[in-house]
Amino acid sequence: MTHIGYLIAGWGISLGAIGLYAVSLIRRGKVLAARVPAENRRWITSK
Amino acid sequence: MPIATVEPSTTAQEAVGTSSRLTKILGFACLAGLAVLFLLAFVLTDPDERVDEATNIVTGQFDAVRLLYVHFPVAIVTYTAFLLNAVGSIMVLWKKSTWWDITAAASAEVGVLFCGLTLVTGSIWGRPIWNTWWEWGDVRLMTTTILFLIFVGYLAYRRTMTDSQVRAKRSAVVGLVGAINIPIVYKSVEWWENRTLHQQSTLADLAVEDLTLFAMIFGMVVFLGVYAWLLIHRFRIGWLEHQAETTGLEQAIAERRAQAPDAIRNAVTQARSSEPETGVHQ
Amino acid sequence: MREIWALTRKDLLIEARSKVVATQVLPFAMVILILFGLALDADRSSLRSFTPGLFWVATLFAGILAIQRSVSVETQSSAFEALRLSGAPGWKLFAGKALAVALQLLAIEFVLALGVVVLYRSNFADPVLVVTAALAATIAIASAGSLYGVLAVGMGVRDTILPMLLLPVLTPVLVAATRAFDDGLGTTAVNGWSWCGLLGLFAVVYGAIGAVAYAVVIEDA
Repeated sequence: MTHIGYLIAGWGISLGAIGLYAVSLIRRGKVLAARVPAENRRWITSK
Repeated sequence: MPIATVEPSTTAQEAVGTSSRLTKILGFACLAGLAVLFLLAFVLTDPDERVDEATNIVTGQFDAVRLLYVHFPVAIVTYTAFLLNAVGSIMVLWKKSTWWDITAAASAEVGVLFCGLTLVTGSIWGRPIWNTWWEWGDVRLMTTTILFLIFVGYLAYRRTMTDSQVRAKRSAVVGLVGAINIPIVYKSVEWWENRTLHQQSTLADLAVEDLTLFAMIFGMVVFLGVYAWLLIHRFRIGWLEHQAETTGLEQAIAERRAQAPDAIRNAVTQARSSEPETGVHQ
Repeated sequence: MREIWALTRKDLLIEARSKVVATQVLPFAMVILILFGLALDADRSSLRSFTPGLFWVATLFAGILAIQRSVSVETQSSAFEALRLSGAPGWKLFAGKALAVALQLLAIEFVLALGVVVLYRSNFADPVLVVTAALAATIAIASAGSLYGVLAVGMGVRDTILPMLLLPVLTPVLVAATRAFDDGLGTTAVNGWSWCGLLGLFAVVYGAIGAVAYAVVIEDA
């Protein structure tokens, strides 16, 4: 396959960055949820 | 700002983070979709090769076209994310809604990530195709770069304010004015450089067989799913942060109130002990 | 109208007495021109072709300082409170402040114009175009800047955020003004007047946005 280096770089950076961000979101979520014990209701309606 | 709450889809005991049944299902669907996309992009579709009949020379993007199956979806997500931010900003200014403020901020953060990826994947694609990592005259590149800068500024700006209502209002102005600016930026760069490299190699130029087009659209759907997953999690984080802020505040007020009777008693005792013994008050 | 002019006049009087723009911002703009000349290490002919861009970059940087000065004049004495209580509608307050910034910017640009004639040997092939473009661009910069300037002050906000908010938004002004000057200074064959039209559009759009949004943003200044 031609341009294989570019393909690996492009796809790798994209999926890698998204994956890292997803992991960081999950971690942040766990830390925050621990700090907000009684109010673990997740949705608020718009008002 | 009155906030109404509704019961979550799972019980409170299960909620140890921002995950829920919805996000788990969505997450698995996205992973499956990405796997299929990978298959489409690397196995099932052909490289872009065009043979000039007169000279028998083969031209085209060859395998570099496979980068478009990630670049194009990621760009679509970028515009979707910033569009949602613009809508959210309007709603914040109009309805003063906390929900929309959290949504706008979440969408901006995810949008900045995808905007950066758009620029990176575009640049990596451009290197073999245009022989350059960066092309100043290209309209879409310039506009996306400025879009990126505007929203990096938006996120930085949000961090400078601690009062959530002030932050919501002011960042909504910044986000909205930034969004309004984008068409103007686009037009001015387009005038600036009439010929753009984006036009030299576009979807229209590709030997677009049905599968290529399908892969592009499928990629778009999958990445929009990824965006939705990230947005939901980021929204919940924002909501939890908001809860932490207001809970902390309420607790502090409650504690002060609880201290009040003691404080009054102490003050009275102190006043009595420092009174002169005459017992006569004029 | 009188309220607008009163506000503008107040700002100009403060400047006349404190001379901050004249003694700090203006020399800063000139320093930028000189630094570019040194850094680019170019001969006169290539400097001349860079002149429009350098002129407008210097103007933008100096404009940021002028805008920060315009806003700090109010915050130093909690004057935004007084402005809010004055009862004047937001758009008039905006117009007054923006006009003051615009006039100061025009003064800076005038000196910069002298500077590029001397330092970069520019010549004004089409002075009408140059002046018109400068006016439109200045109004655009002053409008956007006055709005963002207020956003960059307040509780806990660092004014270092101002360039990051303002400059990306002003890139079309930079592009258009540079192209208009390219034509007006005779360095490149482009249709400067259509670029001038874009500048005019920008001035109108940002003037309108600023007029509408100003009342909202000074609420927490």
